[in-house]
Amino acid sequence: MNSDLSAHFEKDFQRGPTIAVDFAQSTQGFSVTALIGPSGCGKTTMLRSLAGLTHPDRGEITFRDQIWFDCEQRINLSPQQRDIGFLFQDYALFPHLSVRENLGYGLRKHSAAERQRRVSEILTLFDLQRLERRFPAELSGGQQQRVALGRVLARRPQLLLLDEPLSALDPLLREQLRIELRQMLAQFQTPVIFVTHDRIEAISLADRVAVMDQGRIQQVGTVNEVFTRPKNATLARLVGIETVVPGEILQTDRGLVTVCVGQTRLLAVAPSTPTRLVHVCIKGEDVALSKGGDRAISIRNQLPATILSLTPEGPLVRVALECGFEITALVTRPASDELQLQCGDTVTAMLKTPAIHLIPRSV
Amino acid sequence: MEWGAIWLTIRLATATTVILGIAGIPLAYWLAMTRWRGRFFLETLVALPLVLPPTVLGYYLLVLLGPRGFVGGISETIFGTRLPFSFAGILIGSILFNLPFAIRPFVAAFRAMDRRLVEASWCLGETRIATFFRVTLPICWPGILAGLVLTFAHSVGEFGVVLMIGGNRPQVTRTLSISIYDQVQEMRMEAAGQTALVLLMFSFLVLSLTQWIGRREVGV
Repeated sequence: MNSDLSAHFEKDFQRGPTIAVDFAQSTQGFSVTALIGPSGCGKTTMLRSLAGLTHPDRGEITFRDQIWFDCEQRINLSPQQRDIGFLFQDYALFPHLSVRENLGYGLRKHSAAERQRRVSEILTLFDLQRLERRFPAELSGGQQQRVALGRVLARRPQLLLLDEPLSALDPLLREQLRIELRQMLAQFQTPVIFVTHDRIEAISLADRVAVMDQGRIQQVGTVNEVFTRPKNATLARLVGIETVVPGEILQTDRGLVTVCVGQTRLLAVAPSTPTRLVHVCIKGEDVALSKGGDRAISIRNQLPATILSLTPEGPLVRVALECGFEITALVTRPASDELQLQCGDTVTAMLKTPAIHLIPRSV
Repeated sequence: MEWGAIWLTIRLATATTVILGIAGIPLAYWLAMTRWRGRFFLETLVALPLVLPPTVLGYYLLVLLGPRGFVGGISETIFGTRLPFSFAGILIGSILFNLPFAIRPFVAAFRAMDRRLVEASWCLGETRIATFFRVTLPICWPGILAGLVLTFAHSVGEFGVVLMIGGNRPQVTRTLSISIYDQVQEMRMEAAGQTALVLLMFSFLVLSLTQWIGRREVGV
């Protein structure tokens, strides 16, 4: 049996570029794919086209053995027929229905007993028991999000689509929920595709990332691949963080942690949520290089490294280094000339402790 | 008190409101949701009675509904009834003249609703029709009720169109507002005053009701 979602379609807009999507993904079991890109790049259009809420002008979309959309065969399944779950940006809870009624809304075709059972299950899973009689206007942002997610998951959809799931929340709550959301989603063995413009959100929630720009998907890969090895300079600017590698916290001491990346140990500031597994994020502009000489210096992380490649980018040079893991440094051209950097050279890569950003990750 | 006129007026207003409710809600929903470019033409047509003198509408209706008119001819050959100066005739006039008072509040209510709620319902597997009854109608009912109340009140007070199409036949087409006109013509000022007071009180009551509905809507 074909277990893939495959989408190849185009949609024209009077204003703005044509959206051309070329996307395939295995949908076996639980996986989270982030669709990331600047606003107006077409990511919401892609999500709505997958849901059947927007009609592409050309192309086809198939899901497992089902044809969802085929322009030539004039097939276009309605959202009702696609059996998907769609979480709207501001949740779109029905204001005239209580939490319990909202959760049971999509279960009309099930028997009363089954409906009851599933709603109770969601109430427990999402910690909503005490709120079941409340109305959406009486809930906080985080509670609304849980109700909206529960309402969608109660139907056990075959694919879950989330449109900026955290953007309606205030920043503090957003940070907490990033971790929680992935755990909540993992309880259901449903593949998830979500849209975001927030890099941190993509890194902490997703397994796979698709970067969209100018109406096209420019690169698809694991979080690591996309953020650490962007295909070109435009994408590098878009993803913004040159190095994202998985690491493990070994010990915590007075707000500082020792993180182990492969064989290399780094000193970093402890993340706000206690965790063991992290993504270690390092921006290229935060990596300094030195050759020889050990002056007294405040920088804690000094890693012996080998230069893999040098790529000039205007006034800057992008230096790829091997230091137990791959890391990218952005240095100025005069600096590169002065140090006479060349491929194969041994240098010291220096990383200030506060410049290492740790994002909790789950397995 | 002219009980015949009161009874006739209530029948006319009720029939107008019921028919506009049943036919107007789908039409308004379609107008609110469609992206069809020609909808402006239809919306203008619906709004026309707001500015059109009732006598003008009455004149065209008389021509159209008369025995030689298109609609009148069909009605006489099929049903054998003559429309002008009959209850059916003033009902048609009343419906057309009240179109904006029903449709415009309906359309406003549907447009004000967050469209994503409808899409959310579709994505939860609910059909379009069921979505309308489970989401759209419960959320939009204050606007719809306001439209229905306005329509009822306005058709109680309608004068020009009814007089043009219906003339002034007691029990058949002589509504309350026409009977006031009659009473004044006959110099029966006291009777006219009574009827006028009834209509004034009725109008005040209805407007208070719509205001109250409007306030409740904001409160929720």
